[in-house]
Amino acid sequence: MIAIEELHKSFGSVRALKGVSFTAQDGRITGLLGPNGAGKSTTLRTLATLLKPDAGGGRVDGYDILTAPLEVRRRLGVLPHSAGVYPNLSGRENISYFGALHGLGAQLIEQRTEELVTLLEMREFADRRAKGYSQGERLKVAIARALVHSPRNVVLDEPTTGLDVMATRALRGLIRRLREEGHCVLLSSHVMQEVGALCDDVVIIARGVVVAQGTPDEIRQRGGAATLEDAFVSAIGSGEGLE
Amino acid sequence: MRALLIVWRKELIENFRDRRTLVSALLFGPLFGPFMFAVLIGLLLDKTVTESDQKVELAIAGSAHAPNLVRFLEDHDVAVTRSELDVERARASIRYSTHRLVLLIPEEYPKRLQSGLPAPLKLVSDASDNQTGKYAARIRLLLGVYAGQLGSSRLLARGVSPDVMQPIVVDDIDVSTPAGRALLVLGMMTYFILFAMLMGGLYLAIDATAGERERGSLEPLLTVPVPRETLIYGKVLAACCYMLVSLAVTLIAFEIGLAFVPLEALGMTANFDTVVALKVFLVAAPFVLLGAALMTVVASFTRSYREAQSYLTVVLLVPTLPILFAGLYSLKPSTWLMAIPSLSQHLLMTNLLRDEPLEPLHVLVSVVATLAAGLAMTWIAGRLYQREAILG
Repeated sequence: MIAIEELHKSFGSVRALKGVSFTAQDGRITGLLGPNGAGKSTTLRTLATLLKPDAGGGRVDGYDILTAPLEVRRRLGVLPHSAGVYPNLSGRENISYFGALHGLGAQLIEQRTEELVTLLEMREFADRRAKGYSQGERLKVAIARALVHSPRNVVLDEPTTGLDVMATRALRGLIRRLREEGHCVLLSSHVMQEVGALCDDVVIIARGVVVAQGTPDEIRQRGGAATLEDAFVSAIGSGEGLE
Repeated sequence: MRALLIVWRKELIENFRDRRTLVSALLFGPLFGPFMFAVLIGLLLDKTVTESDQKVELAIAGSAHAPNLVRFLEDHDVAVTRSELDVERARASIRYSTHRLVLLIPEEYPKRLQSGLPAPLKLVSDASDNQTGKYAARIRLLLGVYAGQLGSSRLLARGVSPDVMQPIVVDDIDVSTPAGRALLVLGMMTYFILFAMLMGGLYLAIDATAGERERGSLEPLLTVPVPRETLIYGKVLAACCYMLVSLAVTLIAFEIGLAFVPLEALGMTANFDTVVALKVFLVAAPFVLLGAALMTVVASFTRSYREAQSYLTVVLLVPTLPILFAGLYSLKPSTWLMAIPSLSQHLLMTNLLRDEPLEPLHVLVSVVATLAAGLAMTWIAGRLYQREAILG
């Protein structure tokens, strides 16, 4: 379970987060929805202990992101917005490297890597150097790398950006599967349809504050709107940054 | 500690597979120095040899008129070719490069010599040709010596001491060669060694920060449950290993290359053998940590691979500054100078290359001071990784 409480964060004079709070439950897919520059990535980076908040905090399975960052990282599988892989390592080696850094034993690493290679249909390219990978192949490696230590909580920052239709479908399948297994999945997106189709809970964020949260239906009803998109537009107060 | 070794191992493997890293670290860096060095020494020695040992070619017309003079010249390393040219044809032969120098001995030479009158000689040369100028000067010098000898014997024959004709004796004391030149060359050699060593870790240092960031692999890496400084220490350690290999390859290349160069002519130890190479390795090795950490620190401030590359090229010049300083002020090894990294390595390596004994205290101070600076710089690199700006 992920709980974010009153996060504040500024970069110089830019106030990126102005008190963001929400929770993401186990066994549910929570979508962080907002236009570009709303503060989605900053929120997720702070959660992943990459950034330190100016005020506020958060908990992952009860561990404080400020006082127990290593415990938090152990319980998180993070797919950052920029998810590069090491070009001179094979896909499998990329995954194993992260398994080792998470402190897994050699046997477990091999077993988990094999599972993920099968699950994400990577067999064809997993033993090739990552240098020549397509974007979809790279993303699969990055996802496998984030999941190698079987984290309870999975954080995905705009995971479908740049993916083709088939890859997007496969990724959605995987995310649903993680939910079935009881994981807490938190993903960010600026694509309305994606969030509407996939998420159990939605947190709408704009200009550094949460403007609405609940199930898609709740948000629609509360905003008195026919579609989630209309609710979104009325929630953020404008149509800026929409796709 | 385990995580540190995991990072270290991965960096070793990944960079070993990167052709650019390998070529620059283990090929270009280590071989460039010895190659340049061999060429430069070759040129230096060549010049020295040309100036003193090589025979001067001289065409002599009318050699029959002065057999003693010709023999004297031949005894003094002049390659004499006998020919029958007059002034006009001598000029033409110089112009068309058939000959470089022509000495014309006229018919009246022996007669005038016998009667104690100045005997005329004609030396034809092209003074605008640098090389010929030097040869002509040597011939003129030899002719002067010969004339001096003749003059002395004439005075002796008349019962006058030749000393009368020598009111002043100048003793030329030339201190510039070969030790002076050797100092310059030695400075270059130690710099090449340090340069090659830094080249060995250059791409790993760039990769650690700017490279990871540009590829987008830095952010995922920082989400693993390992303290950030541990990650950077692993990377610095991997860079150190490449630098040590680079250093070893450089020294092997020097050992092989210098086996063909007469080093003693430059005031260096005659045999740069395995023992000397090993000692140089041990003396230079402590600089590895400082170099790797310094490059990592500089690279961590850059935003892209290219930017890191251009900044680090400047870092490659840093070790030259103390060496330059040492050369300018002819610094002699002293205990406090040993506290300055790169300068202390330069001075100790110079000692070794000159086959001079090493002061144990100097070695100790150099090793301790350089390692301490390296550890401090590594710590700084670790601290820099704590900054949020490292994400870019």
